[in-house]
Amino acid sequence: MLSLKNVTKIYPSRVGGDPIVALDKVSFDIDNREFVSLVGKSGAGKTTLLRLILAQENPTEGDILFEGNNLREIKKKDISKLRRRIGVVFQDYKLFPSKTIFENIAYIMEVMGASDDDISRDVPQVLDIVGLTDKAFNFPSELSGGECQRAAIARSLIHRPDVIMADEPTGNLDPYNTFEIIKLLVKIYELGTTVILSTHDKEVINTLGKRVITLDQGRVVRDEERGRFIL
Amino acid sequence: MLNSFKRVIKAGFKAFFRNAGLGAATIFVMVMVIFLVTMLWLLNPASEILVENIQEKVDVSVYFKKDAQAEEILQAKSEITKISEVREVEYVSKEQALEKFIERHKDDPTLMESLTEVGENPFLASLNIKAQQASQYEQVASFLESSDFSGIIDKVDYHQRKPVIDKVISMTNNINKFGIVLGIVLGVIAVLIAYNTIRLAIYNSSREISTMRLVGASNWFIRGPFLIQGIIVGVLAGLITLIITFGVSYGFNAKVASILSGVSMMSLFLSNFWTIILIQFVTGTGLGIISSMIAIRKFLKV
Repeated sequence: MLSLKNVTKIYPSRVGGDPIVALDKVSFDIDNREFVSLVGKSGAGKTTLLRLILAQENPTEGDILFEGNNLREIKKKDISKLRRRIGVVFQDYKLFPSKTIFENIAYIMEVMGASDDDISRDVPQVLDIVGLTDKAFNFPSELSGGECQRAAIARSLIHRPDVIMADEPTGNLDPYNTFEIIKLLVKIYELGTTVILSTHDKEVINTLGKRVITLDQGRVVRDEERGRFIL
Repeated sequence: MLNSFKRVIKAGFKAFFRNAGLGAATIFVMVMVIFLVTMLWLLNPASEILVENIQEKVDVSVYFKKDAQAEEILQAKSEITKISEVREVEYVSKEQALEKFIERHKDDPTLMESLTEVGENPFLASLNIKAQQASQYEQVASFLESSDFSGIIDKVDYHQRKPVIDKVISMTNNINKFGIVLGIVLGVIAVLIAYNTIRLAIYNSSREISTMRLVGASNWFIRGPFLIQGIIVGVLAGLITLIITFGVSYGFNAKVASILSGVSMMSLFLSNFWTIILIQFVTGTGLGIISSMIAIRKFLKV
């Protein structure tokens, strides 16, 4: 479903030094219904990779194909259609602060053009899956970090996307909440959604026992079927 | 499509009421802007009336020789009336001139005495001429001096009055110019302040806007609620300004009338009621919509 071919991303240096190579000839394929972890130190290129997949920017060289469509050729007005097929979970949650948790999740369905009936049926179901039924009408500022991240996951999966990308979703969480979030992602994967998890949490990777792609200084240094966290 | 439209409107109202403080601040700034624009517009006719009032007081007089007959003078009057630059001609006979003089100076014994000493009526019959515009007196004066009846004319007092007339012309021109420049400057400042206020309000939501882009919302679905908020702010600001304008026109009516004779704020307000509403709501919603559109553009580039 997702295929990267020799993807290179170079950012110009602002202070006249050498340009920054964020990604260097990265190639790999991700199949449907796969659980893939991207690991690497901070600055290894994980976030850049996810930004390119979301078409926030284009690679300097190489191509990214999503379901056979080259993201480089996608029209500006079609970018939002592409993004509706991807659920994203951010390290800093990025919930809408002026909307309740219910509205945060319902927003995605509104974007998709779902009917009011569908929204009032689906949102409580998803809130139940992430265990936030009793927080539905609270604002994000009234929730803990773990609860916010669960709400963000609920928002990313409400519209049944083809793939969920989680960028360091446990970066701000304690070990207990980290475990809860990972469990949730595994559950989503088991229900049939592709999951791309970017993390630098050794514990998480080693307990998962799934495919691991290791990035270092913008290159893929390892791609193992049942990988472990080795840097 | 209709569903999305409904949602955009609902989201706009919701966001407005949840951020009521910010909305109130924006409305406050907007009210000042619209009020200023309204006043500039409303007082424009007032300045015209002021200028007219000053020009009204300017005239030139033609004095006729002592032996000129009343018929000849009236003949001259009817000819002068035919000149297109002339607005009004008034005939003052010798007797009327004397009466006016006595009326004016009856409390001044010296002048009265000297009048008795002269023995006869020393005044000349005259025509007071008012031109359409202050700048036309020159032409009128030169016409009089070269006319058929120039033989019976004693003098035209245009040349003595010229400095005063010139001063009135330059003063009224300056009032108009000053008004236009002041209007433009204040208008531009007001619009910039309103734009900046809205920009700050939207900047508050900048992260939210880029997240909306990242989760796949189309540009119009994001813009829509902000435009609705812009319209709400504009309409409310327009409404509040209308009430304030009415209050000011009503409350200051007498005061303004006493300073600028012939200017009634209340009648200006009432006779231009619909135009004022149009100005206020167009300024309000226009500023709201355009400022929102410009301010949000930057954050949609994700």
